[in-house]
Amino acid sequence: MATVAAPEMAVQTTQIVKSGWRAVREMPLAAVVVLSILGIVAIFANLIAPHDPTLPVENVEPAFFAPPIWSEGGSSTVILGTDFQGRDVFSRLIHGSRVSIIVGLVGTLAAAAIGTVMGVLSGYLGRSVDTIVMRITDAWLALPALVFAIFLATLVGPSMWNIVIILGAVFWTRYARVIRGEVLSLREREFVKLAEVAGASKLRVMVRHILPNVMNTTIVLASLTIGVVIIAEASLSFLGVGVPPPAPAWGSMLSEARPTLLTGRWWLTVFPGLAIMLVVLATQIMGDWLRVKLDPQLRNL
Amino acid sequence: MRQFIIRRFIYSIITLLIISITIFSLVRIAGGDPARLYSEAGAREEDLARLRAQWGLDRSYPEQYLSFMTNVFKGDIGQSFQFNRPVRELYFQRFTASLQLAAGALIFAMVVGIPLGILSAVKLNTWWDSVGKIVALLGLAIPNFWLGLVLLIVFGLYLGVLPVAGKGGFTNLILPCVALGWYFAASFMRLTRSSMLDVLGSEYIKLARLKGMPDYVVIGKHAFKNALIPVVTWAGIYLVLLLNTAVVIEYIFAWPGVGNLLVSGIFQRDFPLVQGAVIMIGVLIVLANFVVDVAYAYIDPRIRLTR
Repeated sequence: MATVAAPEMAVQTTQIVKSGWRAVREMPLAAVVVLSILGIVAIFANLIAPHDPTLPVENVEPAFFAPPIWSEGGSSTVILGTDFQGRDVFSRLIHGSRVSIIVGLVGTLAAAAIGTVMGVLSGYLGRSVDTIVMRITDAWLALPALVFAIFLATLVGPSMWNIVIILGAVFWTRYARVIRGEVLSLREREFVKLAEVAGASKLRVMVRHILPNVMNTTIVLASLTIGVVIIAEASLSFLGVGVPPPAPAWGSMLSEARPTLLTGRWWLTVFPGLAIMLVVLATQIMGDWLRVKLDPQLRNL
Repeated sequence: MRQFIIRRFIYSIITLLIISITIFSLVRIAGGDPARLYSEAGAREEDLARLRAQWGLDRSYPEQYLSFMTNVFKGDIGQSFQFNRPVRELYFQRFTASLQLAAGALIFAMVVGIPLGILSAVKLNTWWDSVGKIVALLGLAIPNFWLGLVLLIVFGLYLGVLPVAGKGGFTNLILPCVALGWYFAASFMRLTRSSMLDVLGSEYIKLARLKGMPDYVVIGKHAFKNALIPVVTWAGIYLVLLLNTAVVIEYIFAWPGVGNLLVSGIFQRDFPLVQGAVIMIGVLIVLANFVVDVAYAYIDPRIRLTR
């Protein structure tokens, strides 16, 4: 058996690599480039950042609020200038990418996991499970995401992992709603009926037959909401209930820049926001591409 | 129709009940000791003990929930210790300012979004369509509070043409409305575009074209009117959303609205204020959803049957 299977496996692997490469080539180039750079920067932040993000840079004139390199009085050691404590904006941006990526990815993952499980349970089991899950979903969707997140964040206090949990708790309802709808129609399909007739347990049907068929929808929804999650984190950090200082989150950087906003230190406000915008834009473009690729039904979402 | 209204009404009540249970239990689970949450930082231990007894925190959770709900029904959603006044009173005091801002932002969003949506649907796959797509993408990607900050720098500081904070004349409204409305302009653009595309593909538009009507009559008279129905429905929902989610924008522009009230609650660790405001926001949105549902069912009888 093994000797027969081996060449097939080899063929399969090369096919997978080939189709994988084709998929990569079809991806929107700009978005892929931005996201790859972001990933590399976040992983190797310690090596790339020229200065410590939490300590003032020494031997720079002026000690605080040094302007970017191309402005008058800019210094070549701090290319994007320094902030009110004399810390390097560029290094803080680099380290801030970690916060955005971790919160964006893990928060989205948490929301997607909870929402998908709830949606599958609700749609497949029906009856009282469905009623309870959907009533909770309706109620939680009624509260604006940001207001709900602010409420939870004031309750538990600022910390990065708290924010991840909060965003997961706030955003899962969107997945549950959509996945439930999918499951309702999957439930009536032949292959599910056949599995049921063959005596598969409910758990088995849900895990082996329903779940794989809703994964595409979950992936598309996740790729489209990751940007929303990143912006939500930035908003919470901006309001001081997100990632606590001195950790360099993009939202906190904007928050720290606000008191001196009208004194002409524009670089403190412009760069963190540009970073957020670029990342969200890239995830959005990737999400749109995935949506067309994986799930034509969601095109009008 | 009456049955539909009754059913929707019961749904709304259930939704509100679940929101209240959520808030109540989250406070108990995550917040730990409500006496500490509800008092100013650094309160003495004997004061906290007295508060606990006074609020009946020694009673069982169901009993506590009942008394919490009784208070909510009486309209008492807590007392802000920062302002030393009922939260309900504070909320309604700030309500008009928020409404002004929300209405302004909605108008901006519609004025920008709807024409752009029509243009990109009518001139599909042209230069206009690309502009529309870019706006739609940027609407989602630019965080509204950052847009607000940049507008402040450009128009408030460097050009110095618009006021930077507070409530005053018409000019005070421009920057916050643009910042707040930006996201919704993109939403309107996408809504109008897809709705317009749907209508343009329909039989009666083809007939109108076959009859030899000029393009502007087909688009302006037949397509536009019908494409606008879903857009207008959404406008109502957006207004309520704008009213209650302008938190960060109101904070940036020092706008004396509901959102800023919430922010001051966060900064002063005024927990009753935050909780009360969240309850008010929930009630208002559930109410608005109910009204929109009923209105929609009134316009379109098919909805009454399907739900």
